[in-house]
Amino acid sequence: MTDLARTPLFDLHRALGAKMVPFAGYEMPVQYSLGVMKEHLWCRESAGLFDVSHMGQVLVTAKSGENADAQAAFETLVPVSILGLPEGRQRYALFTNDAGGIMDDLMVANRGDHLFVVVNAACKAADLAHMRAHLTGCEIEEITDRALLALQGPKAEAVLARLAPGVAAMRFMDVGVFDWDGVALWVSRSGYTGEDGYEVSVPEASARALAEALLAMDEVEAIGLGARDSLRLEAGLCLYGNDIDETTSPVEAALEWAIQKVRRRGGDREGGFPGADRILNELEEGAARRRVGLLPEGRAPMRAGTEIFAGDAAIGAVTSGAYGPTIERPMSMGYVSTQHAGTGTVLDGEVRGKRMPVTVADMPFRPARFKR
Amino acid sequence: MRYTEDHEWLRVDGDVVVVGITEHASTQLGDVVFVELPEAETKVAKGDEIVVIESVKAASDIVAPLEGEIVEVNSDLEDNPGLVNEDPTGAAWFFKMKVDDVALVDEYMREDEYKAMVE
Repeated sequence: MTDLARTPLFDLHRALGAKMVPFAGYEMPVQYSLGVMKEHLWCRESAGLFDVSHMGQVLVTAKSGENADAQAAFETLVPVSILGLPEGRQRYALFTNDAGGIMDDLMVANRGDHLFVVVNAACKAADLAHMRAHLTGCEIEEITDRALLALQGPKAEAVLARLAPGVAAMRFMDVGVFDWDGVALWVSRSGYTGEDGYEVSVPEASARALAEALLAMDEVEAIGLGARDSLRLEAGLCLYGNDIDETTSPVEAALEWAIQKVRRRGGDREGGFPGADRILNELEEGAARRRVGLLPEGRAPMRAGTEIFAGDAAIGAVTSGAYGPTIERPMSMGYVSTQHAGTGTVLDGEVRGKRMPVTVADMPFRPARFKR
Repeated sequence: MRYTEDHEWLRVDGDVVVVGITEHASTQLGDVVFVELPEAETKVAKGDEIVVIESVKAASDIVAPLEGEIVEVNSDLEDNPGLVNEDPTGAAWFFKMKVDDVALVDEYMREDEYKAMVE
């Protein structure tokens, strides 16, 4: 086994009594002393602090000095409008492959003279190679000396504003740089929980001090990967590698909302990204299967891998499944053939050899509370 | 109380054996969200997987510690699986079973032996 990497907050996790597990090549906290259920509920009620420093932070800067050149180049890798992304704003994007599958999902921010990109830890190396191979007019700089923290929950604004008052005025998906005691915080108003909140990139040397300053406030508790997973699932958000991967297309994955009109057929900047033929076709005609929410009847969770049946026919499988502490019931998402993907369709999931009813449901399972 | 290597506790109550999981096991499992119990009057062999416990982390099984017949199950756990974390050695017993010879329970570990195993 290869050595696991550690984030700048490793010692703090230990000091807080975290249970550490391997995740995407890092030793990460899966839960702290509260435990997964209480951490999940705490984040929904108050504010939760997550260490997401394992994720890749990348700066993309046009060699020409014109950010529009970086934006235009980036559009050759994603089916997303990056030229239409105003300065100070962030957007969800997908790296697609030539077969129309998803190489990674990511966040792209326009920071005026460059793009700031946040990618999944497990895809970091492949994404960097991909960008370096294709964005030859750009400098691709991986940021390795900054930690990334997420502060999520209804009290996140009040909490973070005590350290950096300017963050209170941000709207969902705004990005900006804020000063905290002489330290430059790169802040976005976004997250992975369905709650209002922020993601904060902080210099490594100040990461522990920032985390401790936040944790010192009564509203804040540290939240591990366990609750991060149940929070994002209640919010209907995909986990790369489970719910989307190189074999799933954006339309199969029900991520059409991420593809702006300008990149679709008939748009001014139609296509021009890997897999465009398939993806543009599917946008018009649909795909044979679709990612849907699934609510099992009863209390038994249907976990990833659970096969889904319509009558005797196997028509899909669960890709994520867990108990939802806020909705107080088990919840899953997965792929089913499109003819069975309508909300309210009752199917069966096979759990330990027994077929149990499961209903196709709209996501998010719990409505998001973003500050628009 | 006696203890199995599978982190179950066994308590003899008259001619039946009451079975649950240890504090150590409940901590390791994390928050329990679902318990599937056998039917009463089920005959079981030693080692049969007869209870499913789903926690926020994963599913795990409880096996029958002895051959016998399930005479009662704790249906409170179906409505309130969190009891397994709150009171694993008390209110959160899983089932009671009738066995041919309750003395067989004594073949399992004493508390000090179990503690030595989990430490």
